This record gives sequence, C-alpha cells and structure tokens, in this order.
Amino acid sequence: MDIFLQNLANGLSLGSLYALIAIGYTMVYGILRLINFAHGEIFMLGAYFLYYGVLIFNLPWWLSFIVAVILTAIAGMLTERFAYRPLRKAPRISILISAIGVSFFLQNAGIVVFSGVPKSFHRPAIFDHMFIFGNIRISSITFASIVISLIFLMGLLFIVYRTKTGLAMRAISTDIETARLMAVNVDQTISITFAIGSALAAVGGILWALKYPQIFPLMGMIPGLKAFIAAVLGGIGNIFGAMIGGFILGMAEILLVGFMPQLSGYRDAFAFLILIIILLFKPDGLMGKNVQEKV
Amino acid sequence: MKKKILFFVLMGLFILSSVVVAQDVIKIGVFEPMTGPFAVGGELSMQGYRLAQMQNPTVLGKKIELVVVDNKSDKVEAANAVSRLVNHNDVVAILGSYSSGLTIPGAEVANKAKVPMVVATATNPLVTMGKEYIYRACFIDPFQGSALAKYTYNNLGIKKAAMLVDVAQDYSVGLANFYNRTYKELGGEIVSNLKYQTGDQDFSAQMTQITSTDAGALFFPGYFGDVALIATQGRELGFKGVYMGGDTLDNPKLLEIAGEHAEGVVATTFYHPDAPAATEASQIFIDEFIKEYDEEPNAVSVMTYDAYNLLISAIEKAGSTDADAIKDALASTEDFVGAGGTITIDDMGNAIRPAVVIKVVNGEFVYEATIQP
Amino acid sequence: MSKTKKQLLTTGALILLGICILWAQSNFNNYTLRILNLSAIYAILGVSLNLIFGFTGQFSLGHAGFMAIGAYTTSLLIIPKYYKEMTFLIEPLIWPFSVLQLPFIVALLLGGLFAAIFAIIIGLPVLRLRGDYLGIATLGFAEIIRVIANNIPQITNGALGLKGIPAYTNLWWTLGFTVFTIFVIKRLIASSYGRALMAIRENEIAAEAIGVSLTYHKVMSFTVSAFFAGIGGGLLASLLTTIDPRAFMFVMTFNILIVVVIGGLGSITGTVIAAFLFNFMLEYLRPIEQGFDLGFISFPEIPGLRMVTFSLALLVVIIYNQNGLMGKLEFTWQGLFDFIDRIKNPKNSDEKGVS
Repeated sequence: MDIFLQNLANGLSLGSLYALIAIGYTMVYGILRLINFAHGEIFMLGAYFLYYGVLIFNLPWWLSFIVAVILTAIAGMLTERFAYRPLRKAPRISILISAIGVSFFLQNAGIVVFSGVPKSFHRPAIFDHMFIFGNIRISSITFASIVISLIFLMGLLFIVYRTKTGLAMRAISTDIETARLMAVNVDQTISITFAIGSALAAVGGILWALKYPQIFPLMGMIPGLKAFIAAVLGGIGNIFGAMIGGFILGMAEILLVGFMPQLSGYRDAFAFLILIIILLFKPDGLMGKNVQEKV
Repeated sequence: MKKKILFFVLMGLFILSSVVVAQDVIKIGVFEPMTGPFAVGGELSMQGYRLAQMQNPTVLGKKIELVVVDNKSDKVEAANAVSRLVNHNDVVAILGSYSSGLTIPGAEVANKAKVPMVVATATNPLVTMGKEYIYRACFIDPFQGSALAKYTYNNLGIKKAAMLVDVAQDYSVGLANFYNRTYKELGGEIVSNLKYQTGDQDFSAQMTQITSTDAGALFFPGYFGDVALIATQGRELGFKGVYMGGDTLDNPKLLEIAGEHAEGVVATTFYHPDAPAATEASQIFIDEFIKEYDEEPNAVSVMTYDAYNLLISAIEKAGSTDADAIKDALASTEDFVGAGGTITIDDMGNAIRPAVVIKVVNGEFVYEATIQP
Repeated sequence: MSKTKKQLLTTGALILLGICILWAQSNFNNYTLRILNLSAIYAILGVSLNLIFGFTGQFSLGHAGFMAIGAYTTSLLIIPKYYKEMTFLIEPLIWPFSVLQLPFIVALLLGGLFAAIFAIIIGLPVLRLRGDYLGIATLGFAEIIRVIANNIPQITNGALGLKGIPAYTNLWWTLGFTVFTIFVIKRLIASSYGRALMAIRENEIAAEAIGVSLTYHKVMSFTVSAFFAGIGGGLLASLLTTIDPRAFMFVMTFNILIVVVIGGLGSITGTVIAAFLFNFMLEYLRPIEQGFDLGFISFPEIPGLRMVTFSLALLVVIIYNQNGLMGKLEFTWQGLFDFIDRIKNPKNSDEKGVS
C-alpha cells in the first residue's frame, strides 16, 4: 500500500511537470497549428538563463527567476519572428521543418555557448526539503510544481477567455484570414502567444532542473517529446486537455514501472502506446473537439 | 535569386577552406564526441590528448598534428569521421573514442583500412575483438564487472543487490551482464533488476521499487549524469544501501551534480593518485594537469593522455610511420609506464592492468583497494 | 518529343551512370564513396517517404522504424555464423536467425518485405487518423520499435547491437536501388493508383465521393513506402557494418523529412538532389569547427559550430525556398531540351515558359 501511495505521489510530481510544458505546447499549436519542435529547447534556455543569473550575475533567486522567464519569453518571440513568421503563407510542412531547424540550432548553439558538459543546478535549501508522511516521501518541489501548474492554468484560462487578447487568440485559432479582416492584429497576437508559451516552458524548465538538478543543452529533447505526447493525448490545442494529458502520462509511466518492474525497459514505449490506443478510440484526443470537415 | 547566389558563394568558401596546405608533419586523427549526449566525454578526452601533445609535440623528428573530428555521439557519424581521417586527412594512426558504441564502428573502418588505432576508454570487449590494428590502453568490462561483483560480495559482505541498467547503452548492458554473472556465481542474489533508457531523468518509480526490497547495494553501470540523478532520487526516496558503479563514475561532475547524495558511492576506475599502481609519471601528469586546466584530473583524461603517449612511443619504436610497423610495436607493448599505471598489451590487443576501487568520502574520491587481474 | 526518343535517352543516361559508377568505384577513395553511398541511401529513403507524404499527403513520421526493421532483418540474414556466436554476449541468438545465412539481395528484399508487412499491420488502424495525429502516432510506432529492439537481446543483441555485418554495400547496390526505387514509384504515380493517391492528397472527402477507397490506397502507399525504407535500412546496415537501436531514433526520420521538404514535397528529382546536398554539406562543413592556423593568428576548434551552421543554412533554405528547391517540378527530357534551347536563344524564353 505504501509503495502504491508513494508511486502515486511520484506520478503526480512527474505529471505536473509534463502538464506545465504541455500547456505551452498546446497554446502555440492551438493558434498556429504548428508542432513547435523547438519547445523543448526553449525549455532548456529557461533553465540556463536562471543558472547564469544566479551564478554569474549573482542575482537573488526570485529575481533571476523573473529575469529568466522574461528572457525566455523574448527568445520565444524571436524564434517566431525570424523562423516562423516569414513562413506564414508557406505550406505547413515548411514551418515544421523550420521548427526542426530552430531546434537543431538552439541545441547546437547551446553546445557552443554553454558547452556540452552538464552543469549542476544548485537548488535553494527550501527545495531540498522532503515531506515525510508515514512511509511516503514527497519533495517540496512536487508541491511547488502542482501549485504553480494550477496557478498558470487559471491565469491562462483567464487570459484566453476573459481578455481581448484572448478573444483575438481564439479568433485566429478559428480562422486566421477572417480574423485579419476583423482587424485583429494577427502578428502581435501570435507574438504574445509565443511569449506566454515560452514563459511557461521557462517555468517548466526551471522546475524540472530543480527536481533533476542537472542541465545540459539536450535536456529538452525527451521532456519536449513527452509534453508533446501529453498535449496530443489531451486533444491538441486544448489547454485543459494538455493539463489532464500531462497528469495521465506521468501517472501511467510511474505506475507501469511500479506494478510491472520487469517491464521497466519499455517505459518510453508505453507512453506512445497509451497515446496510440487513445487516439484510435478518440482520434482528436481526450478533450479535443471533433472537427467535422466541410465538404 | 541574389540570396541564392550568396548562399552558393558561401558554400563554395567552405569547400575552399577545406583545402589545407600540406606541411611536413605527422598527422594523428582523433575522433571524439564533441557534440551530442557524450560531449562531456569528448571534452574530458581532449584535455588528456592536448596535455600529452604539449609535453610530447614531436615524434621521429617531426611535429605531430592532431586532426580532431567530431562524431556527434552518433554511430553513422563515427564511421564517417574515421573514414574521413583515413582517406581525406591521411592520418598515420587514430585515437578515440570515448564510448564503446562510438568506437566500434570507427574501429571497423580503421581496421579495414589498416590504420592502427589506440582506444583510451572504451571498455566493451567487442572493440578490439578480431581486429588486428586496434589496441587499447584500458581494461575490459568482463574484468571490471567481475572485479566489482567480487568487491561487493567479498569485501563489503553484501549478499543481496539490485541493478538499474540503461538498456540503450552497450556499455551499461555489457557491464551489468558481467557483474550479474560473477555475483551470482559467488552466491549473491540480484533482488531487483530494473531498466531505464538514455534520456530518462525521472527514476522515482524505479527507486521506489528498489527501496522496497532488502537490497544492500545498488549497482548502476550508467554514465555519470544519469547516475547522479539516480543517486539523488534514491536517497530522497529513502534508499539506504551502497551505490556502486563502473569507470564512468570517476568524474568530478558526479560529485558536483549529486552533491551530498553521492557520498559513499563505490566505483572501479583506471587510476587514483594514492593507488600503488601510480607511477613516477603520475605526479608529473597531475601537476601539469592542474597547472594547465586549473582543476583536478579525471580518469578519462588520464587514459587519453596515456593512449597518446602509448601511440607515440610505438611510432618511435617502429621507427617509421608504416602502419604494420606501428601495429607490431603496439602489439609488443610491455610495461609501458603511463600516468595511470603500467600497461602491457595482451594477445587480444587489450591492456592488462589492475582496477582501482575508489569511494566518495566527504565530497572527494578516495582510494579504497586495488584488484589485480 | 516521341516516347521512343525519351526511352532511348533514359537508357543512354543509365548506361552513362553505369560507366560513372565503374569509374568511381576504382578511382574515388573510401571516404568519398562512403558519402556517395550514404547520399544514395538517403535518396531511396527520401523518395519512399515522398510517396506517402508528398504524393498521398499522409503525414508519416515512422520511417526510422521501418528502416530499423529492414536493417535488423537484412543484417541477421547476412552476418556469418561465427560473428553471431561471438557478439551475442547477453543471450544467444534464437533459431532460425542463428543458422540462416542468405545472399545479400535476398536478405535485402526480405528486409523490405518485413517492413512492408509491419506497415500493413500498423497502417490499417493508424491511417484512419488525420494530419498531425497521424504524425505523432507513426512517430510513436517508430519509437516503440526502437524500444522493443533495446529489450529483446535474443534477437537484436539489445544496445550492444549487431556487429560484423558484411560490407556488401557499394555504389552498384545503392545507386542501383535508387534507380529501381525511382522507377517503381514513378510508374506507380503515373498509374491510376497514383491518380487516386493524389486525389486523396488534394481532398479526402472528394476522393472518397468519386469512389476512391481511402483505406486501400493509403495502406498501399504506406506499404510501398515502408518496403523501400526497409531496403534503405538494410543497405545502411551493410554500409556501416554495425547497427544498434540508437541509430534509428526519431532524429533519423527528421533527417529524411528535411531531405524531402528541402527538395520539394512531391518532387522526386528534388528529393534526390537534396539527399546528395544534405550529406555532402554536412561533410564539407567539418573544417569550420576544426580550427585553423593562419600563421599569425590561430583559431581554436569550436565543437558544435558545424551543426549550428548547418541548421542556420537549413533555416535560410526553407525560408527563402518555401516550396523546396524544386517545388513540384520534375526533371524531364523535354524540360532539359527547353532549358538548353532557352540558353541558346534567350529571346524565345518568354514564349516557352517553364516546363
């Protein structure tokens, strides 16, 4: 029983991180219909900015956190400006290749600038604390990531459904050309979307680095892929779905190893297997709208 | 259209820049993972080669030029890189590469082209097996695995152990297999044998499972970055057993990343300054290394430093850059005094040398024992 | 231009290619040959991906998985028994692979066949998905294949991979199969099947309405594509002489995808050009990170700079050539003669236009 509860806690902890990254993924997708393969690299940038903020500029933790999130948001906007915007009228696959190009570029620029050697990410003492309930141990980062994920989810839902910018985002997501005709500033709105999505990735990257205190230029690859799975699982483009998808994925991965330790080598395949099974029954993900194509 | 022209002009420039003026030098190729997941291994390896080159810049009266090519931590690229060194750069001999997975395809190409290669840190037995031009300065995994198993069972007196293996790394799978075999022969029991894959960073499920068993030790033959995360998460989840691993753990980064959680980690490695195997060359190496790089040397740099010197001394002994002469000189290596210990090459092309057991105490690797082959 | 004349020209070009190969095999060094072989294999993979992606419009990201199946099947059938006993350190290889040894061509075709069978099995359920959902599902299958390969050492030798694969691959094989692949896929596209595939690409619902069976055509295109991916994988394995599951990560699929899109989606000519450009560029960029010495000033080596330059070049190409180098254009003899004609008489160029 203890083991089960412990695994449940582990699953929540991992799931909350997946959820946070998946929300950023899904936002960008919802607006541009673009699988942003560079999201994992933006995530990596967030962690590195914080690392350098603390280490080189000796900023206090909270301040470098804010600076890192802002810088990452700017980096996200820049990638959109230079790599995606020129391709807005191009076939969608060209934007995808552009995203893969950005991803390769950021990974390798990371190797050139930060060096390929992993860096140790020192966490403040507060995040070293383990809460112990009976035999169950939960890290304080787990609580932090769940709370932060929820706060951001609320904030996002507010922006998307209660503000003018959000209205513009939803308009673009439905039909970009009509939105433009309705005097929506398309470029600006997309920029804002990227800024928010990238800021979320930065927060995810920082929390990830706090939990797994090692950062390296390729650190975004696997979490990026998992977040992508989570976003599709929940119905890509749907913010709430991404959150649910993240938790399901985290929980499923942990419980597979927990209950069937002999299958632990298949863990990464399991994530995809769940995804494929769900897609076969619900082709648009768990919460996705079933868009009927017009004839 | 102008932009297209600009693009092609740039490409043309790159092509031109590859034409290098020939000089009277002896070229030695180095293929290491300078980018990709093993970049850190490549970087540590280069420290050793560079230091050795600084101290020993000439052979047969000619300047040595190291031609370094990146293999991107990728097998296809590793084979391409060696092929380029052999056919394009016309190197006399080759050094590399950090991991066994990258070395094997490179060694295939070099062996077929009859270019001698000295391998510094790749410990998988398949690296040299059946290849007469490939030699290595380190011991091999069957020896390392069984040495660790014996140390766990006999010296530490632990009868039950768990394993956590990276199924995507040949190094990890191979070493785990040899450890498992010897440990069971000795009468030990593997109570939990779990897996993960390169790139995984969450090990909480595996460590929860292992903590629930009565394993007295956890053997994790992975690369140091993963191991640092496993060690951290294991202690956070309450695992109290001894952590054990192979030569990849002898790396200052492990201590930096895992911090206090690395305390008590036991590992086999190639050398330690306090080990009796250390030679007069060891102290020179350590002093020079600290002077040059301003940090403590690591096992990888020691091995690449020795590999370079081993190769140079073989060329010196051969008296020419003829591939077969170098090959014969390498094969007949006996009691070569390196910074990491004396090296004798056996008839399989592998070095016969003791394994050194080290342990993390107060945030530093200290010498524990030497296990003779 | 008459049909016979075209056929004559094509035959002539093939004979010329044969002479070139004969010359290249004995005059180029192994390094250049290796890159040429690799490029030709990429061309096979690219053209086959183009069939499902460029011509049928189905977003498949599973190529690396089919390559893996082809590569493992081919390798297991051609590795000498002696090597199999030596390299399977963890668990011995299971029967019948442990005793079988077949000629290269049979092994390659079986590799392709296995990949094709697998494509039918996963294609039937998965090809119902649309767009990006199909992409992620096929990517998922490729990753699942890789993870399984890591976990069944009795067949794949796990992460230790297969060693000692005989190096049969040479330009005859690779370019021969490139020509064969192009021939088959061109014929397929020109047939009524090809029309149906393109109808599906343009509009699935309309295609279905005029009586095109979606499932049948999609699965067929997927299977043919997988068959050639399997053969490409087999050729790659024999070129490298060693493979392991890491060689078939999703980055491999991305590389092929880049080749297809840079060349121009739906253009076989473009894919072939891009395949060679891709591999040669990666190699030509090597010197820039090696560092160089100009005598008075020396630049240190900067690892990673090659890939930075490469990804920037990729971005530039895709941004300024949004439809790829060739767009949807194909090389035709007619086009070539028109082009020569235009160079000779620049004045006429306006009237003739682009073919």
